[in-house]
Amino acid sequence: PVSAAHLLRLHERFDFLDKDGRGHLRPEDFEEIRELTENPIGGRIIAAFFPPEKERLDFPSFVRILAHFRPIGKNRSRDRAQPEQANSRTGKLKFAFELYDQDRDGKISREELLQVLRAMLGLQVTEEQLRSIAERAVQEADIDGDGAISFDEFKKVKKKEPQGLKPAEKTNFCHVWFLRSHWRKWTWSTR
Amino acid sequence: MSDPVSAAAAVFQLWLLIVVFFIVLPAMFGVSLGVSGVYIQVLVRILQVRLPGQKPSPSAGQRSHDRAGEFSLSDAIYFCQKGLESIVEDQVTQCFSSEELASWNLLTRTNQNFQYISLRLTIFWLLGVFVRYGFLLPLRVALAVIGLSWLMLGTTVVGFLPESSVKNWLSELVHLTCYRICARGLSATIHYHNKENRPQKGGICVANHTTPIDVVILANDGCYAMVGQIHRGLMGVIQRSMVRSCPHIWFERSEMKDRHAVTSRLRAHVSARTKLPILIFPEGTCVNNTSVLMFKKGSFEVRGTIHPVAIKYDPRFGDAFWNSTKYNMVSYLLRMMSSWAIVVNVWYLPPMTIQAGEDAAHFASRVKSAIARRGGLLDLAWDGGLKRGKVKDCFREEQQKLYSSTVVQNGIEPPGSSRNPPEEE
Repeated sequence: PVSAAHLLRLHERFDFLDKDGRGHLRPEDFEEIRELTENPIGGRIIAAFFPPEKERLDFPSFVRILAHFRPIGKNRSRDRAQPEQANSRTGKLKFAFELYDQDRDGKISREELLQVLRAMLGLQVTEEQLRSIAERAVQEADIDGDGAISFDEFKKVKKKEPQGLKPAEKTNFCHVWFLRSHWRKWTWSTR
Repeated sequence: MSDPVSAAAAVFQLWLLIVVFFIVLPAMFGVSLGVSGVYIQVLVRILQVRLPGQKPSPSAGQRSHDRAGEFSLSDAIYFCQKGLESIVEDQVTQCFSSEELASWNLLTRTNQNFQYISLRLTIFWLLGVFVRYGFLLPLRVALAVIGLSWLMLGTTVVGFLPESSVKNWLSELVHLTCYRICARGLSATIHYHNKENRPQKGGICVANHTTPIDVVILANDGCYAMVGQIHRGLMGVIQRSMVRSCPHIWFERSEMKDRHAVTSRLRAHVSARTKLPILIFPEGTCVNNTSVLMFKKGSFEVRGTIHPVAIKYDPRFGDAFWNSTKYNMVSYLLRMMSSWAIVVNVWYLPPMTIQAGEDAAHFASRVKSAIARRGGLLDLAWDGGLKRGKVKDCFREEQQKLYSSTVVQNGIEPPGSSRNPPEEE
C-alpha cells in the first residue's frame, strides 16, 4: 500500500510527464527526461514500463511498478511483517532481472548479459573484456550449471560492497520520495 | 464618535514613532539593538521542538569511489535505481521548485508532505499565523515603504549635487541606509563571512541567484553598481532615481539582446577603476538555492577581477526562492514579509582572474564550482535556460566511462590469461 501523500506526489509527476494531457504516458514522454536518456540502460527501463505491444501507460500501472521501490523504512515499528518486506525486495529484483531477460524466458543467457554489459560499458572496454566479464559473472552465479542465470540464482547474488557503503544502506529509496533535496538521491540499497 | 477615531490615530502615531526610533534610526546608523538576534534564537528553539527531522545521511557519493573494481550482476540495479529516481524526480525540474524541509517550520507554504499531526501542532500554527500576519507583516510593510521612499527621496536630492567625492560619499550613505531599512523590513539576519574579500572598486561581483532580495542582502554591506533591465512602473521609477546619484547600468530591453553592447558597457564601467563594483548574477534566473546552475559566460568575458560571493538562505525560517512562474513580485514580497525571518549566510570568496589560455566558459565554471563549494550547494552542469534539446551522446558516454572505470579498475584480465579462458570467436 502506498501512502496518500506519495500517491499525490506520483500523480503530480505523472501529470508533469504527460505533457500533452492525454491521461496516459507513452515511451516518448519518458524520453523527455534527460537523465533517463543518459542512463546506459535507460531504454530498457522505459521498456519495462510498457509490456510488449502496449504503448500506453496509465496511472495505476505507473504506480504499481514504482511501488516496488516504495519507501519501507519509514514505519519500521508498524511494518514488522517480514513477507511485506520480502515481497518488495523480490519485486525490485524481479524488475532488475527483467531488464536483463528481454525475451522473458525466465533465464538470463550469456548473450543477454553481454547485451546489458555492452550498454553499460559502451566502447570503453574491448569485446574480449566484455566476454570475459560476462563469462565470469555467469560462472559465479550459475548454481545448477545450465549456463544461464535463473531468477532464484539471481536473487542469491551477493553484492560486493566495501564497508564504506554501510551508512547509506540505512537510507533507501524512500528519501527520494519523502524529501526532494537532491543529494539524498545518490544513495543506493536494495534490501 | 470621533473618540475611537482619534484614539486609533494616536495609537498609530505612537506605533509609527516607535518604529522610527527603534528600528529605522538604528538601521540607518548600522547599529543593532539585538532584538532580531534574540528573536532568531527564540524561533530556533521553538522550531526545533517540532517533528524530528530526518537526519541527512552521508551520501554514498559517486559509486566509483566505493567499488572494488569488479562487475556484479547487481550493478544493473544501480543504473535501474538511478533511472527510476529520475522518473520520479529529475534534477533540472527540481531546481525550480522550492526546497523541502526535513521538519515543518509552521508555515503552510512549506507543508508539502506533512498531514494533520496533532491538535497541539495546529494550535501552534494558529498562533504563528496570528503573530506573523497580525504583528510582523504590518511592521515590515511599513518599514519597506519607509525604506523605499527614503531611497527615492535621498537619491534624487543627492543627484542635484555636482560631481565630487562628497556626492559619492552621500550617495553611498543613502543607499546603505535604505537597504538596511529594507533588510529590517524583511527581518533579514545576514551573516557576512570573510569580509576581507569584499569586492573592490573596479571589480565585478558575481553571486548565485535565488531571489531579487539578493540585491538587498548584498547591498547591506557595500555599494554596488547594479546591472539590469529598466522596468516599468514602480521599479522603473526607483531605478531612474537611483541612477541619479551613482552610476548603475540599466539597459533598455532592446539593448539586452545585443550581447556586444552589454559587454562593451560593462567593460567601460570596469576600466574606470574608481567606479563601484558591478553586481551580476550569471545564472540568469532564480534558482531554488540548493544548487548552482551553469553560469552564462558573458560577464566573464569582460576581463575584470571577479569577486565571487556565495549566498545561502537558511530554509528553516522561510523559503526565499522566487518561483516566478508561480508568484508575481507583489505576492512574492508579501510571502517574504509574512515568513518568520530570513536568515542568510554570505561568504566573500577571494578574487579570481582569468588565467592565460583559459576561455570564458571554463573560467565561468571554475568560479561556479568555488561558489557552490563554499555555499554548500550542488554544482550542476545544467543550463538554466535549457528546456528542450537533444541529449548529446557524450553525456551517455560519460556515464559509461564512469562505470567502466569501476569495473575495469583492477584490471579485468587481458584476454588470453587467467582462470577463464576467453570464448573462442
